[in-house]
Amino acid sequence: MVVKNPMASDGLLCADSLSKSFGTVPVLFSVSFSLKAGEVHALIGENGAGKSTLMKIMSGFHSPTSGRIIYDGESVTLPPNGGAEALGIVLIHQELNLAEQMTVAENIFLGREISKRGILDRQEMNSRVVRMLADVGLDISPDTRISELSIAQKQMVEIAKAMSRNARVLIMDEPTAVLTEAETRILFKQVNRLRDQGVAIMFVSHKLHEVKEISDRVTVLRDGQWIGTSPTADLDLDDMARMMVGRELSDLYPPVNEPDVDAQIALSVTGLQTKNLRNLSFDLRKGEILGFSGLVGSGRTEVFEAICGLVPMHAGSITTFGNEARFNSVAQARDAGIVYLTKDRKGKGLLLEEGMQTNLTLLALPQFARHLILDRKKEEAALTRAIRRFDIRARDPNVLAKDMSGGNQQKLLLAKVMEANPKIVIIDEPTRGIDVGTKQQIYHFIAALAAEGVSIVVISSEMPEVIGISHRVIIMREGRIAGTVSGRDINETQIVRYAAGLNEEKTHA
Amino acid sequence: MPELAQTETTARKPKLDLKMYGPAIALVILCIIGFSLNSAFLSEGNITNLLTRSAFIGIIAVGATFVITSGGIDLSVGSMAAAIAGIMIILMNALVDILGTGVLTVVVGAGCAVLLGALAGLANGLLTTKGKIEAFIVTLGTMGIFRSLVTYFADGGTLSLNFDIRGTYRPVYYDSLLGVPYPVWVFAVVAVAGWLLMNRTTFGRYCTAIGSNEHVAQYSAINVNKIKTWTYVIQGLCVALATVIYVPRLGSASSSTGVLWELEAIAAVIIGGTVLKGGYGRIGGTIFGALILTTIGNILNFTDVVSNYLNGTMQGLIIIIAVWLQRADWGKPKD
Repeated sequence: MVVKNPMASDGLLCADSLSKSFGTVPVLFSVSFSLKAGEVHALIGENGAGKSTLMKIMSGFHSPTSGRIIYDGESVTLPPNGGAEALGIVLIHQELNLAEQMTVAENIFLGREISKRGILDRQEMNSRVVRMLADVGLDISPDTRISELSIAQKQMVEIAKAMSRNARVLIMDEPTAVLTEAETRILFKQVNRLRDQGVAIMFVSHKLHEVKEISDRVTVLRDGQWIGTSPTADLDLDDMARMMVGRELSDLYPPVNEPDVDAQIALSVTGLQTKNLRNLSFDLRKGEILGFSGLVGSGRTEVFEAICGLVPMHAGSITTFGNEARFNSVAQARDAGIVYLTKDRKGKGLLLEEGMQTNLTLLALPQFARHLILDRKKEEAALTRAIRRFDIRARDPNVLAKDMSGGNQQKLLLAKVMEANPKIVIIDEPTRGIDVGTKQQIYHFIAALAAEGVSIVVISSEMPEVIGISHRVIIMREGRIAGTVSGRDINETQIVRYAAGLNEEKTHA
Repeated sequence: MPELAQTETTARKPKLDLKMYGPAIALVILCIIGFSLNSAFLSEGNITNLLTRSAFIGIIAVGATFVITSGGIDLSVGSMAAAIAGIMIILMNALVDILGTGVLTVVVGAGCAVLLGALAGLANGLLTTKGKIEAFIVTLGTMGIFRSLVTYFADGGTLSLNFDIRGTYRPVYYDSLLGVPYPVWVFAVVAVAGWLLMNRTTFGRYCTAIGSNEHVAQYSAINVNKIKTWTYVIQGLCVALATVIYVPRLGSASSSTGVLWELEAIAAVIIGGTVLKGGYGRIGGTIFGALILTTIGNILNFTDVVSNYLNGTMQGLIIIIAVWLQRADWGKPKD
């Protein structure tokens, strides 16, 4: 099934026995990788497996500690800091690198503007950009500011920009992580088109079904080691997961225990209205895992931001454990036992420049202080406990949050909200951008919390996840509840029908 | 998978050490230079003088550390000091008729000054948080307002303290306790209190969190507006305290009082290693920063090698060098 370590000469861009250490810490061990013209080569592995490092070495952003890069049959040293673009090797970062306040055309021609006698030839640039945008199927004006575009559109602009630089090698870091299903379709269409044009595409993703769909070959890394390279057609999803994790993943989702239909109602929302939400009502029982599904933009997140006092409520009432409640701030919600775990780990969840300690106790900080003075011993004890409880794997306890892998960041975030001893936990996209092994752990944490009597809301765009762990699923559409499914009705068909507006709710109160 | 977390080590250590000890090392080097130029530099009299002069900027800079750490900036402190000084002098002079020229007048006047400082800070704070105007703009505005107020009250000239009150008030600047001048005591108390507040309380932690990422702070149940407003109030209180110990030095206030103090305060904070865009604040560094700035001026007074008029140049160079040293990735492995 798995071929031997690829010879580093049969591709357009090859890595030959690359090793890389940061300081004294090795992260890649003699990894070889070959990328052929006209193929999509997926690179998969758990967080921390070395995917990013390999990608960055192959695009010149890191230099290898040992080993060679072979481009077009010649051993080369790639210029640093994106200089490899001039050679036709373009890396599209996960955090897209576009100047937000500049226009599409200005971005595409950034650094190589066309000018006539020292004056920018805007007409010429715009007309070229219009053609490029048409090529990638993007129907926007070249004068649109980047900040006005959706993430998917920005990605297309990045791709257009790369192609305008005559890229022969396109390296994409988790391009679909923040895309909706429909946007992913558009991206894949473009990827296929580029492949047909002979571009070599390296594609990193955590979504294995997408890897299966789009790629020609798959390379798996684990713990910085090359595990295998194989034609995608020879692997099924389980094979890939097994190679990544190095063990069987028989039980990705924990067993869903029977919900107690007579359990106390922990949270009851009636007639909730905000700017984008219309008349929302639902109950959440003690120990229940309630899934919130629906398309991106259907208002799922806003429901809970409104409940937690982050978004103004126009109408509606909330009761927690039978008591009328209205929270004007996150602090009030926290004190009433409700916490919200954001989907935006880096933007709203963690202080990236701080260590685990500061991040862990931030939400529940008053608990760690007496008369405003912080109890450092108590904080340290909490960190030791959290590391053990949530299996946070950091070699150095002083590591900054930004240097942690996505999976560990997510565990830290979960640990952070749990420090507040909540009775109701709202988790938005619990496993976005994290690897299969960590996903499994997170699902088990969620199930264990529910078993302890904590009520949990899981907002998720990943259908299998919602289906795999929820007792009941509410599907939202355009700011309203489109439907509720439970038990055997929790399946992809039902959810999609509600989300797309094919099943209109008939009798929901 | 025990070896999973390979990338997660920190490359911060060597950088951190320089940030930690840089300001202290710089001060020691300056002192050695000062001593080698003129041995009188380390005389008791000069050291006392140096510390006393550092006290004003130092106290204000402690307040500025909170503002800057939480992502704000206060440009109004110099003008605020002048306005508070002016109003306090007018008030004390007016109180002579009612309360006489004794300690009570001074205490009431100083108390009002502290209150004024708090109110001025509150105004800055509310305008930035509730008013949602950038701190730079708000404090640029209040800087102009405060400055013109003192000019107006002094009618373009100088406001002088009643001669008898001057006698009562004078010891606050010129007298000592246990051989240490009162301004230095105040400086020390403010420094210690500031350090505790920054490093040992929830308030300090919240300031860091807000400066680091306001969204994260908000989602972590921190009342961002309240904490930010408080930083400006603390800044106002620090300015008021500095003014209270500064006024008896000259016994007057004019439109040139406290000119450019805001820049010196911000410079002290930055030299001390606090990050201008917020999220990392060091009170200890700020104290050294203030001492460094005063020491430069002091050394220039002692030597003819560099003209005293180049004081600003030397301070400017030190600021730039300090930040350059902090930014450089010393000892960090190159990727």
